[in-house]
Amino acid sequence: MAEPIVQVKNLVVTYGNRVVLDGVNLDIYPGEILAILGRSGCGKSTLLRHMLGLAKPTAGQILIKGKDITSLSEEEKTELFKKIGMLFQSAALFNSMTIADNVALPLREHTKLEESTIQIMVKMKLELVGLSGFENFKPAQLSGGMKKRAGLARALAMDPEILFCDEPSAGLDPVVAAGLDNLIRKLQTAFKMTIVVVTHEMDSVFAIADRIAMMHDGKILVVGTKEEIKRSPDPIVQQFLNRQPDEEEMDREQYLNTITGAS
Amino acid sequence: MEAINKFFGSIGHSVLAMLNHLRRMKTMTAETFYWTLVAPLKGKGLKWDNTVEQMVNIGFNSLPIVATIAFFVGLIISMQSAYQLKQFGASIYVADLVLVSLIRELSPLLTAIIVTGRNGSAITAEIGTMKVSEEIDALRTMGLNPIKFLIVPRTLAMLIMLPCLTILADMIGIIGGYLIAVSTLDITSTRYINQTIQALVFKDFFSGLLKSVFFALIIAIVGCYQGFIVEGGAEEVGKATTRSVVISIFLIIASDVFFTALFYSTF
Repeated sequence: MAEPIVQVKNLVVTYGNRVVLDGVNLDIYPGEILAILGRSGCGKSTLLRHMLGLAKPTAGQILIKGKDITSLSEEEKTELFKKIGMLFQSAALFNSMTIADNVALPLREHTKLEESTIQIMVKMKLELVGLSGFENFKPAQLSGGMKKRAGLARALAMDPEILFCDEPSAGLDPVVAAGLDNLIRKLQTAFKMTIVVVTHEMDSVFAIADRIAMMHDGKILVVGTKEEIKRSPDPIVQQFLNRQPDEEEMDREQYLNTITGAS
Repeated sequence: MEAINKFFGSIGHSVLAMLNHLRRMKTMTAETFYWTLVAPLKGKGLKWDNTVEQMVNIGFNSLPIVATIAFFVGLIISMQSAYQLKQFGASIYVADLVLVSLIRELSPLLTAIIVTGRNGSAITAEIGTMKVSEEIDALRTMGLNPIKFLIVPRTLAMLIMLPCLTILADMIGIIGGYLIAVSTLDITSTRYINQTIQALVFKDFFSGLLKSVFFALIIAIVGCYQGFIVEGGAEEVGKATTRSVVISIFLIIASDVFFTALFYSTF
């Protein structure tokens, strides 16, 4: 296999006394779709935030294209992140701007392209995500699914090599969610993009991912293909795959103590 | 014993938290100055279009309310001072009193307080909402510096427009005072105007303007900072907005004490 394009090495993140990420190691290879799967609160969003350089880790390294983003200067980071796209859970479109201006923003700021060229590129990106004709709409006028697609168009504006997606199908109806999955798959086949998807939606993961990394309690339990994950003997993985609730272990005495505050 | 521990513990916690806020605000201010003054010289540009948009918002859109309040304040001081001065047959000094109290103190202070309520709160609410809806993170991941994009245009617009509004408030307040004096006291228009011009001292005008520049910095930095530290949801944005207004007004008045002592203390 080729050199990993993203390498997370021994990443530790603590907030006060709480350990959120406990020595995470992860290699992401060029051209693959990797899904980071896990229950809410397992640290997957924190891992994503750190891979995007939005927060400083307590310890460990994150190498993107061989460069450690935890020690880069602001300018080097800006340069590196021009080729990285991010689709936020809430789409995070700039509400004061039209859809076209949202998509055009990175092009206007990072390139010296002429306005006419930028307009054409914006149209292309919006066409790609199926939103042509919505150029002059404000984000508030779009539905949830359309916002996500507009967010994707903006993430793709600079033709990124790596695309990060945070819960792409969360809060969408199944048809729209499946459409978005298809779109992500299409991006990977058409542009050989490396795509990292953070999610807890099993259907979506099995539809798009080449490999899956399963997280639990700030650690990565297993990394592998869909089949490898399905065959994993790990009880937590199996619990997640089979949608089983946590077992109620508390006995009556303990319950009484919890609610009365006695220890 | 435990109560004493708790008491001093909570004081210590608050002090540490406050020092932390001050430190972060200092960093933010330093970066804002870097992106306003140094970065443009290095060819990194300034967001002029955003700045002009903010200038319209802060300056032009505040005109009606600032003008109206300045006019009313002019009327009030004129009436109050006329009432007192008439007893000594010194009605003509109404002109001096109106002028001095407006340009030294009242117009910078009142304009700053109105703009805090109108725009300081808006800045916090806007940036806070952007923070909550991940828009600030989106800017960062696109390699766009939020300080350059959000704080510098607002700070710059505030620094330019607040002194302008203050000068306008000076003038309109004086007109208000003039109208009362000419219509209710035995002072001719020319005499009042001459008296006003005689009373005009550059130091008064300058100290008022300098204060308004400093107040502008307070409103912009406190407003932006409170927006940036919002975590959570809509409720937090509301709280941050209130905090922003309260802190700004407090700092404006507290620094006014300092400036007055600096320019006019007799000891």
